[in-house]
Parts: sequence; structure tokens; C-alpha cells
Amino acid sequence: MTTTTRKSPYRQGILDAAPFILMVIPFATLFGVIATEAGLNIIETMAFSIVVIAGAAQFTALQLLQENTPTVIVLVSALAVNLRMAMYSASLTPYIGAAPMWQRALCAYMTIDQSYLVSISKFEKEPDMTVPARVAYFMGVVTPIVPMWYGFTLVGALVGAQIPESWALDFAIPITFLAMIAPMFRTMAHVVAALVAVVVSLLAAGVPYSLGLIIAGIAGMMAGAQMELWLERKGANK
Amino acid sequence: MIETGALWTVIILLGLGSFGLRFVFTGLVGDRAMPDWLLRHLRYTAVAILPALVAPQVVWPSVTDGVFDIPRAAAAVVTLAVGLGTKNVLLAMTSGAGTLYGLLYLLG
Repeated sequence: MTTTTRKSPYRQGILDAAPFILMVIPFATLFGVIATEAGLNIIETMAFSIVVIAGAAQFTALQLLQENTPTVIVLVSALAVNLRMAMYSASLTPYIGAAPMWQRALCAYMTIDQSYLVSISKFEKEPDMTVPARVAYFMGVVTPIVPMWYGFTLVGALVGAQIPESWALDFAIPITFLAMIAPMFRTMAHVVAALVAVVVSLLAAGVPYSLGLIIAGIAGMMAGAQMELWLERKGANK
Repeated sequence: MIETGALWTVIILLGLGSFGLRFVFTGLVGDRAMPDWLLRHLRYTAVAILPALVAPQVVWPSVTDGVFDIPRAAAAVVTLAVGLGTKNVLLAMTSGAGTLYGLLYLLG
């Protein structure tokens, strides 16, 4: 059966985010379990997930807190892990920068890997979307993801049971991201950007505070931008 | 045992800092025009950062203590190949998961 009715951007966002529910559930549960094991009570665990709302940075902070690292170092390290959020923010700005301030603040709070990736691929694919439609779409995307993040942090904190390692849920994240990113390789410049970023991230894996990721990202973006300029010049000379 | 004061300091300041990182462009730059060279770089944010984020996990997975793992590497390659070939996200995910579980079963 094919539907001919056009879905609202909000509902479309919910549908497009659905695959990510599978990835948020184990990740959030795991945080709840680990935080409880580290001695945090339910309020502290939930405050962590609601205030910070960033998986990798939360795991980093928790790990360092357990090792009695000075608070300043904990903050610097966890924020470095989150530095990519500033790049996502910059990347989203041309698309939703004209929205009202309260909407931009709300989108900023809920800018995470998943919401950024789903939204930016939609905005690039459909450049004619209006700003309100884009914000509605973004809100649709976070509707299933963010409550799941809170909810399953709570489940993990309450249940406290370990997820068996044989389920290999660690790999839900790479598979979901790779599947989402593949359709975004539209030009040679996108391919070059990704290849350079991957090579640099592997070479810079030993750089402390996860800064290797930021170095790799910037290197990839520069490579993509240069390739785009080169392709334009080649096209103009023909 | 984590000290309560340090814990709440980290939760609150990390929350504020993370919001600041997310808000810096969306909120403060808003609809002001950004220079062409910057926009040209930003077009490649997603295709650069996300592969860079997963690459070390594919090559040196933390659950195997960083030892290269054939099922995980193969699953990554299949996911990417199916995604590139079909542009179908769900098909790419299920092919990747199928490869991972299939090889873990066969080689495990």
C-alpha cells in the first residue's frame, strides 16, 4: 500500500528517527547501570542524563570521577568529548538560524549525534524546506530519542543488570552511524572529506582528551572544502 | 566513592558547558550571514566527524580490548557498502547486523 498524503514535517521526523531508538536504549540503560554501580543514587543519575544529555561525555565524566580526578580535569575532558557539538551547531545554523530564539535554544539543548545526523541529511536533501518546517522536523526527530534517553537511564539505574556482552550491542553505534552516513556521499568532495577524517582519526587516536576526533574532523572538512573548490574550477575550465 | 559536591559541580558545569557548545552558533550567530569559506567547510561536518567518530571503534573495538575483530570490521564494511549501493538506511543496518551476528556465530 502506498500513501499519497504528505506527512507533516514533525511526523516525518518521528518516523526517520525510529531506527535510532534501538541504539539509544542499550546506551542509556548502560549509563544507568554504570552510574548506579559507581554509587550514584537515582536523582543524581537522572540529573546527569537530563542536564548533560550527551552519552559519550557522561561516560567520560563518570569514569574520571571514579578515579578521583580533579574536577577541572573532569570538566575539560568531558567538554572536549563534546566539542563536536559546536561543529554540529555551526552546521545547523544556516538551516535553522532564522527560527525564534526559544526554538533555537530548545534545538541546541537537544543537539546530539542522532538528531544532528538525521536532520542535516534531510535539510541537505530538501533545500526548499521552510525554517518552521525544519524546526518541526528536528522536534519530530528528538521526540522518540530524548525521552528514551531519560527513560532507559532510569531503567538501567533501577534494574542494574548487565546486558550480556554476547549481544554485541557496543556495535549498534558504528552500524547505525555508517548506515545513516552512506547516503550522504553525493560528490567526490564528500568521499574525500570522510576518507581524510578516518585516516587522521586513526593516526591521532592517541591524542589525549579525545581531541584526535576534533583534529580529524577539521582535517576532513578542510579536505572536502578544497576538493569542492578544485571540482568547481575544473568545471569552469571545461 | 564519588564525593557528592564534586559530582554535582560536574553535572551542573558540564550541563552548562555542553549547552554552550550547542548554542554558540545556532543561538548566537542565528540568521546573520556566515562567510562563504566557513559554509563551504561546514557542508562537510557530518561526513567528516561521524566516520572519524566510529573509525577507531571499528578498527580497535573497546569490548575486545582494542584487538582487531573480523566480525565487527566486516559488519562495518558491509553496512557502508550496502548503504552506498542502495541508499537504504534500514537495509544497510540490517545487513550490517546480520553480518556481525553471522560471523560472531561462525567464528565464535
